[in-house]
Amino acid sequence: MSPRRTLATSKRVLKQLGHDPRTLALILLVPLLLITLLRYVFDGQRMVFNAIAPMILGIFPLLMMFLVTSIATLRERTSGTLDRLMTEPISKADLVFGYAIAFSIVGLVQACLASVVTLGLLGVTVAGGTLPVIITAVFASFLGTTLGLCVSALARNEFQAVQMVLPIIMPQVLLCGLFVPRDKMATLLQWLSDVFPVTYSVDAMKQVALHTGWAADLTRDLIVIGGCGVLALILGAATIRRQE
Amino acid sequence: MQDGAVIISDLNVVLGKKFRALQNISVELPAGKIVGFIGPSGAGKTTLIRSIVGRQKLAGGSISIFGMPAGSKGLRKTVSYMTQEASVYSDLTVAENLQYFATMLGLKRADMKTEVDRLLKTVDLQAQKNQMVEKLSGGQKQRVSLAIALIGQPKLMVLDEPTVGLDPVLREELWSLFRQLAASGTTLIVSSHVMDEAERCDELLLIRDGKLVAQGSPQKLREQTGTKSVEQSFLKLIGESK
Repeated sequence: MSPRRTLATSKRVLKQLGHDPRTLALILLVPLLLITLLRYVFDGQRMVFNAIAPMILGIFPLLMMFLVTSIATLRERTSGTLDRLMTEPISKADLVFGYAIAFSIVGLVQACLASVVTLGLLGVTVAGGTLPVIITAVFASFLGTTLGLCVSALARNEFQAVQMVLPIIMPQVLLCGLFVPRDKMATLLQWLSDVFPVTYSVDAMKQVALHTGWAADLTRDLIVIGGCGVLALILGAATIRRQE
Repeated sequence: MQDGAVIISDLNVVLGKKFRALQNISVELPAGKIVGFIGPSGAGKTTLIRSIVGRQKLAGGSISIFGMPAGSKGLRKTVSYMTQEASVYSDLTVAENLQYFATMLGLKRADMKTEVDRLLKTVDLQAQKNQMVEKLSGGQKQRVSLAIALIGQPKLMVLDEPTVGLDPVLREELWSLFRQLAASGTTLIVSSHVMDEAERCDELLLIRDGKLVAQGSPQKLREQTGTKSVEQSFLKLIGESK
């Protein structure tokens, strides 16, 4: 692995996004609009909104980054550029980490914007403070990026890549405790929920919302999210083959 | 020039479960020459090219390039590969594409500007330097892809249908570039299904249905078959092999 090649890859991915302002705007602004929409959906139930808004902040960055990364890496595979790169001295880790760094930076910007809007403009209060919210959101977007990298190997075209959200992310969102408390679900689903990484991203936000200071469970959640992310990265790198 | 740049022995490639894309190919390609892989589409030219650059899993046999097995680490700066479709980032500018791939090949920052300018000049895209690749014509995209294959002056350039879709003037220019490169010692492998391009190569491999039908210089093939063009030789050889 070479830091220069990794960073050059991140820079290249960011430049590609930079040349595509519409995609960039969709990534950064859509979560803000949706969360604002939700605020007015719960206009008569501000307490409910205050409880779910942080959890939503644990899901949106993950979802957006999953989509963007899976399409971006799929394009790398189908455009022939991956063919070319795999005959060059770049290592698979350079490529995969290059992507992860680039999209985590985008995730950081998105997380900052979403947190500022939710906590500032929409008046949501969290016991733990703004910084832990942002940190958790960045972890969530890192997880989304790495899952996207990993899953793009299963898709042959853009249609399939977009559809992957349904089997990969939706079940995790349904079981993460946002809709129904996890201990009210069927036992089997609780077990599933225990092994789904999105659960920890949402739980981390819950910890920030409920506890002043840095909760011990928050550290555990972030370790799980980071660990799953790294695992997905390794799996993602393994799906790229020098020889096919 | 006696040592082969590429030595292929008893190469077999199977695609999917049982499609024998290449069968028992053994051949030695001379260094410093333009070697043409000629054959109809679907003959196995691209599979052979992918095998040489190390992207293709082999079912049997071996390929040695400058004494090293194809695809080995030591060859990644020595061998360049231009795929059939322009393998470039369409959402970057021409210069950004060149800079990225040059960085991947380990070019020093201080040499970047000179190298990018040299490449742009070589493929005649100076005016398009800061244009987005997606806005370029097909032929221009093809040339960006070629420029990337030229980065760092590789010893072996493997070009899959590099002149497809180019106008005659440009095609002429590229062939004189290939000529210059070969004269300076670069080995070039160029695939084509256009027979008039075959006449321009130093050495030809005629490939059909995954098999090597014939090898030799255009002149040798014409003499051997008693024909006036490589196209006729090819047709005659196929007729004989049936």
